[in-house]
Amino acid sequence: MRYEDPWYDALASGWGEADTPNTSGTEVPAARRERVDGAAAAAQVYVEVQRSEAFQEVRTRYRRFVIPAVIGFFLWYVAYVVTATTAPGFMARPVWGAVNVALLAGLGQFLSTFLLTWAYSRHARLHRDRAALELRWDTQELTREARGGAV
Amino acid sequence: MTGNHQTLALLLFSVFVAITLGITTWVSRSRQGSAEEFYAGGRLFSPMENGFAIAGDYMSAASFLGISGLISLFGYDGLLYSVGFLVAWLVVLFLVAELVRNCGRFTLADVIAARMNERPVRIASGTASVTVSVLYLVAQMVGAGSLVALLLGDTGEAAQAWAVIGVGALMVIYVSLGGMRATTWIQIVKAVLLLGGTIVLTVLVLVRFHGDFDRLLRTAAERSGHGAAFLAPGLKYGGDWIARFDFISLGLALVLGTAGLPHILARFYTVPTARAARRSVVWSIGLIGGFYLMTIVLGFGAAAIVGPDAVRGSNASGNTAVPLLALDLGGGAGSTGGAVLFAIVAAVAFATILAVVAGITLASSASVAHDLYASLRRRSTAPRSEVTVARIAAIGIGVIAIGLGLLARDLNVAFLVGLAFAVAASANLPVLLYSLFWRGFTTRGAVWAVYGGLVPALVLVVVSPVVSGSPQSIFPDVDFQIFPLQNPGLVSIPLGFLAGWLGTVTSAEVPDEAKHAETEVRSLTGAGAV
Repeated sequence: MRYEDPWYDALASGWGEADTPNTSGTEVPAARRERVDGAAAAAQVYVEVQRSEAFQEVRTRYRRFVIPAVIGFFLWYVAYVVTATTAPGFMARPVWGAVNVALLAGLGQFLSTFLLTWAYSRHARLHRDRAALELRWDTQELTREARGGAV
Repeated sequence: MTGNHQTLALLLFSVFVAITLGITTWVSRSRQGSAEEFYAGGRLFSPMENGFAIAGDYMSAASFLGISGLISLFGYDGLLYSVGFLVAWLVVLFLVAELVRNCGRFTLADVIAARMNERPVRIASGTASVTVSVLYLVAQMVGAGSLVALLLGDTGEAAQAWAVIGVGALMVIYVSLGGMRATTWIQIVKAVLLLGGTIVLTVLVLVRFHGDFDRLLRTAAERSGHGAAFLAPGLKYGGDWIARFDFISLGLALVLGTAGLPHILARFYTVPTARAARRSVVWSIGLIGGFYLMTIVLGFGAAAIVGPDAVRGSNASGNTAVPLLALDLGGGAGSTGGAVLFAIVAAVAFATILAVVAGITLASSASVAHDLYASLRRRSTAPRSEVTVARIAAIGIGVIAIGLGLLARDLNVAFLVGLAFAVAASANLPVLLYSLFWRGFTTRGAVWAVYGGLVPALVLVVVSPVVSGSPQSIFPDVDFQIFPLQNPGLVSIPLGFLAGWLGTVTSAEVPDEAKHAETEVRSLTGAGAV
């Protein structure tokens, strides 16, 4: 499965290598040069991890849940606030006993918040946590190697 | 009998102060005083502990006394507040909590500065964080002053002033001696007390109406004198279009501001992993949501049992609705049960204020020491230990907050809280979201985003009816009001986002792609997280 990511395509120009700190012109002591090279290599690790399929998958899963959810609850909240301030007549319409549309909408906001919280944490636990943890250890292993194992 | 519940309230409150001071000395024994310890409490709190602490940090006296009071006076319009305060947590949960835990160390500026030219970004973000914290702190101090006046029946200025000074002194002691560990435990104790008190009152209200919520609503509507209109929006925020836009502005600030509050962000660093941060937010959403649901019952209960006239007679903005309700539920004025419940509510309200101000003071002292001092200090001078600076900063912030709290004694608390949220949403949220999610974001964009939200938010307040041009203003005699709304959020939040975008597209700086890769990988996996 290939994920069409505009960011990813833009990255494919070898910019990561150009990241070494600008040390030309100043004399760098050998020990420090080694450390600088190590840091640059460690930075390169993050670029490689970012391009890896495993990371792209974690990011896709995160975005695929979060983007629609954020748009959804934000629009639902704004619609609620705007309706409450501009159309109080509609909100006052009785539904059952003393309960009216406004009360149902307000409790609906509470309910949707609880449901989305539950759905998000379930989604993260089932679809993201394991892969993210593996990536974390791999990345840390790679950065340690890149720094020369001393850190 | 009126003296009795006041003595009891003072006694209970002294017990709380003694316990919290005990916690402070207990946790600060034989600590090495590292930054990790002072700012983040060693990062070893469990999600449940942190969830309670977040709830204790967030549920201020404004929500305990203020929202129920608003509901008891204006019915449904009070409920609009609590919805905003709760829904805001979805922004925190989805976009902020885990990523911030993974990328940062102690403050908001850590997350942003990781990708950018550190110094200007830290100064900008530190300034914004301190501004938000001080505004929020002043709101709590003013609340503490008026609470004392209301609950002890002493409306003299001296009593209010001493309350503000006392709260300020206590929070400085908690923070500078106990750091994050003491602050966290105080917030946990407070959250348990607050939730316990709220549950007792809610159950008593429901028992009074035999569990019939519908009858509670109908009685409240009848006694309010507004009839069915009491249960629908419009009593407070109806009226002209300016009032309506004002409310929309406030709603926007509430929902986007929470994710930019420095003392809330700081809480995520007290747990070991992003997963623990997520679980603590889930805990806190459950606790805060349950709490706000109960304040709805308490608000309508106060309207139905005490009646809006009695509430308004005691305090014009409704802040005493819950204490009056407690007095009635316990058996009425003069009864032992009434005195006990009243005293408990009063003591819980004090505890609430203390826990909240401690959290804010800690977060702002972290911003001063970790962001501002570290960036502004002259390179030639010997660096003091950052924690020492933070402890001194806590004292300085305490003094400033006491001073402003005394000056701003007559300002409306809810307005001050709304303003703090608006500034947080305008100055902190855009830069945070851009840094986490926008690959092309640059240093100039970050600095512009902070000042582009902060400055308009503050300027718009100065030229708003809050400061001049209306009988309720701070300066009612002069009129330099240009901006019609009390809350600047509707304009200043988009401006913050716009300024960040504008600063980025106009800067010559090539965004550092490798650093973006690092931020993205770290934020989503936790690699390299402390």
